[in-house]
Amino acid sequence: MKASKKRKTFNGISTVILALLGFAYIIPILVVLINSFKKKAFISLQPFNLPTAKNFIGLENYRVAIDQYGFLKAVGWTFFITIGSVFLILLCTSMCAWFITRVKKKVTQAIYFLCVFSMVVPFQMVMFTLSLVADRLKLNTPWGIIIVYLGFGAGLAVFMFSGFVKSIPIEIEEAALIDGSSPLKMFFSVVLPIMKPTYISVGILETMWIWNDFLLPYLVLDINKYKTIPIIIQYMKGSYGRVDMGAIMAALIMAVIPVIIFYLSSQKYIIKGVAAGAVKG
Amino acid sequence: MEKAIKRYWPIFLIPTMAAFLIGFIVPFAMGLWLSLCEFTTVTDAVFVGLKNYIRAFQDPVFLHAFWYTALFALVSLFIINIFAFAIALALTQNVPGTNLFRTVFFLPNLIGGIVLGYIWQLIFNGVLAKYNAALALNEWYGFWGLIISVSWQQIGYMMIIYIAGLQSIPEDLQEAARIDGANARQRLFHVTIPMMMPSITICTFLTITNGFKLFDQNLSLTAGEPSKMSEMLALNIYNTFYGRVGWEGVGQAKAVVFFVLVVAIGMIQLRLTRTREVQQ
Repeated sequence: MKASKKRKTFNGISTVILALLGFAYIIPILVVLINSFKKKAFISLQPFNLPTAKNFIGLENYRVAIDQYGFLKAVGWTFFITIGSVFLILLCTSMCAWFITRVKKKVTQAIYFLCVFSMVVPFQMVMFTLSLVADRLKLNTPWGIIIVYLGFGAGLAVFMFSGFVKSIPIEIEEAALIDGSSPLKMFFSVVLPIMKPTYISVGILETMWIWNDFLLPYLVLDINKYKTIPIIIQYMKGSYGRVDMGAIMAALIMAVIPVIIFYLSSQKYIIKGVAAGAVKG
Repeated sequence: MEKAIKRYWPIFLIPTMAAFLIGFIVPFAMGLWLSLCEFTTVTDAVFVGLKNYIRAFQDPVFLHAFWYTALFALVSLFIINIFAFAIALALTQNVPGTNLFRTVFFLPNLIGGIVLGYIWQLIFNGVLAKYNAALALNEWYGFWGLIISVSWQQIGYMMIIYIAGLQSIPEDLQEAARIDGANARQRLFHVTIPMMMPSITICTFLTITNGFKLFDQNLSLTAGEPSKMSEMLALNIYNTFYGRVGWEGVGQAKAVVFFVLVVAIGMIQLRLTRTREVQQ
């Protein structure tokens, strides 16, 4: 009896603390949201005050960010690059991972080792040379960068897929092969459906990375023509001349909205993906 | 079966391997070689031996970035993991609203470093302005600003890993300890934490390597202000490549040092915590 009462007070206290912490967690986003409705001159001075009749300008900042800076175009390119890269990574690396796990040769083991190795190499190590190679091969377009992402993102994906393939009983595949289907057809009709959870986990992890990635597209893309969301925000803030704080606030909010929608619609898979990806340590 | 599928290797391997060659292997090998050369574009590279490495270690800004980054990684390692572990513990005690809290704490993780840095820049400068200060005026404002914003981002991620770990501890183990008369604190230190060592290994590994590799938040929140005093290793390497003509080789040498450092720290960390894992 006594213990359960103690337990109740303890739970009560932790709930209050968690609630306060949770509220503190969303304050930064709320502050930016409030400021996105203010005139730009009033933002840096008093960021924590609510808009007043004097400085409220409705959606004007959003209009400027979209019309003058072309924000929606950046959103479009970010969508294109993220979806294209993730699709290609999932397709190619799952095939590669299945093959190198099933065919045990020195070469395939070397490939596996290289993939694991590439996971620990920081981007700065290959930053300069990768942008040179990409430029030389004319991969500086949103179409070309997809190939760069496949190359640089292959390590984690191959590693995670291989881990899963090892747990698939080989008999299922052998049975399909004996029934006369080609390995390629067997891969798509037998292996791919079994690996669905891994596809989702890898897809989530790669999406989170590519959507937010700044430096790789900044160095590889021809940024006069193509900008992604992180690039355009850095450009708005860092470009010489006048910095329009109002438009930046609007851009930050517009950058966060798709992320929140994605999160709320597939939270279950994201949490699972993160927990699965953690095994890579 | 191997025989039947072996001759299909071009379809299965070539797409990934070709991209991997372009996206990783060639740049990596070129990077190693160019760290021993002087160059502005690759075609004019001249072999100079270890000269770039010597120049890198004579650069005071690089040395400053070195210990500034190490300190950052260490402080963020402790803060993130202690908070994440505590929140994970609280959220596995059947408190009401667990799912809502989990959703809120994880959310910042999906926001990218550039966006996140500018969100916090507004907050910090707004607070500091009350005291006639600003982020760009003091390297320690920047330091703690980075700690807070990176913690905000990563606590939720580590929390998820810790929750998964806590949920996999068998209930009867806790029950047995309770029957033996262990109090809550004893159960935490003698049952929960030893059983959680695999999760702790992963989380500390991720936080310390993330700390060393931090770039986006550093660029957006402080951009190295005041005068490169809050510049961390990754940003220092970037600025060496693209900010100083004639220093490209030094930048590449710094990048190699950085790579070796990150790998070495990751290895040491894994070894330290792995030995404390208990067999189930």
